[in-house]
Amino acid sequence: MFDLFARVFGREDASKDVAKERLRLVLMHDRGSLSPQALEDLKNDLLTVISKYLDIDQEGFQVDFSRHDESMALVANIPIKRRRV
Amino acid sequence: MGEAIVITSGKGGVGKTTTTANIGAGLAQAGSKVALIDADIGLRNLDVVMGLENRIVYDLVDVVEGFAKLRHALIKDKRFENLQLLPAAQTRDKTAVSPEQMKDLVETMKEEFDYVLIDSPAGIEQGFKNAVAGADKALVVATPEVSSVRDADRIIGLLEAYEKHKPYLIINRIRPAMVKRGDMMDIDDMIEILAIELIGVVPEDEAIVISTNRGEPAVMNQNSRAGEAYRQITRRLRGEEVPFPKLEEESSLFGRIRRMMGLKG
Ligand SMILES: Nc1ncnc2c1ncn2[C@@H]1O[C@H](COP(=O)(O)OP(=O)(O)OP(=O)(O)O)[C@@H](O)[C@H]1O
Ligand SMILES: [Mg+2]
Repeated sequence: MFDLFARVFGREDASKDVAKERLRLVLMHDRGSLSPQALEDLKNDLLTVISKYLDIDQEGFQVDFSRHDESMALVANIPIKRRRV
Repeated sequence: MGEAIVITSGKGGVGKTTTTANIGAGLAQAGSKVALIDADIGLRNLDVVMGLENRIVYDLVDVVEGFAKLRHALIKDKRFENLQLLPAAQTRDKTAVSPEQMKDLVETMKEEFDYVLIDSPAGIEQGFKNAVAGADKALVVATPEVSSVRDADRIIGLLEAYEKHKPYLIINRIRPAMVKRGDMMDIDDMIEILAIELIGVVPEDEAIVISTNRGEPAVMNQNSRAGEAYRQITRRLRGEEVPFPKLEEESSLFGRIRRMMGLKG
C-alpha cells in the first residue's frame, strides 16, 4: 500500500528494474562478442572458404558485430570481383 | 573418490573465501572429510577467515614444487577433526603453479577426502584457470548488483567452455528490505538473468564480520541467518532436498514500529 502510494505519486521506477534492463543489454553484448584475436581468425577462415567460390576484394572485406534491437548480429560486407566456378 | 568443488565469482570481494570457509566447516560438522585449498596465491586469506593462520608451516607451492609433503602442509582444524586446510603461498604469484599441477594435486587429495573445496582468486586469468583445473563442480558466488552479475555471467560462460559440470549459483549479501521495496534484484531476477541452478541464498549479516574477526565461521553460530543459509547449502551439497525459505526481513526498530502502526503489507 505504502509502496503503491509512493509509486503513483511520482516516484521513479524501482531501481532493480533499471538494473535488470541494463544487464539485459550489456549481457547480450558480452555473450555475443568475440575477442579481437578470435574475430581476426574468423575473418581469415571466412576469407579462405569464400575465396574457393568467389574472387573477392580483400581490402573491402569487413566482418563485425552489430546490435539489432533485441539481439546481436554478425554482419559481413564482402565485395565480389567475379565468380570462380 | 571424493568430489572437488571450486568456489569462484569473477568479481573480487563478493564472498568466495567466506563461502569456502563456511561450507567447508559446515560439511565437516555434518561428518564429511573435507580439505580446503586456498588457490589465491599471493593474497591468501582463507587461513585467517578459518582462524588457522598461526599454524602454517608449508604451503601449496611448497607441495607442488616437491619441497614439502602434502600431509606436512595440511593444517588440521582442532575444532573439527575431519577438516584440513592447504594454505596458499603468500610470497609467490599465480604463475608459480600450472593448471596441470593443480589438477594432479586435487586428484591426489580426492583419494583421501570426501570434499576438496577450492577457493578461487578473483579474475579470469591464470589464478582462475588454476583454481578450476581440477574441479568437478563449480559454485559461482554473486551479489545482487549489476557488476557482480555481469562478471558471474562471464565466468559461467568460461566454465561451460571448460566443460565443467554445470555451475551452481550462490546469491550472497542479499538484503530483504531492499528487495521488498524494489531496490535490489531478487532471487528470481538473478536466476532468470544467469540461467543456472540456485544452490543457496545468503543474506547480508553482521555475524559474518564478527565471525571473521574471531576466525570462527558463521556456520558454527546457530543464531546467525547467514550461518543457517550455509548449513542449508551444506545439506544440498550432500544431496539432501532442502526447500528455499522465503526471504525474511531483518526486524529493525523502524520496521517493528511501521508494523505496529499497520503501515505495512
Ligand atoms: N553475507 C555477508 N554479510 C556481510 N558481510 C559479508 C557477507 N559475505 C561477505 N562479507 C564480507 O565481504 C568481504 C569480502 O568477502 P570475501 O573475502 O569472502 O570475498 P572474496 O570474494 O573472497 O574476495 P577476494 O576476491 O578478494 O578473494 C569480507 O569483509 C566479508 O566479511
Ligand atoms: Mg578471497
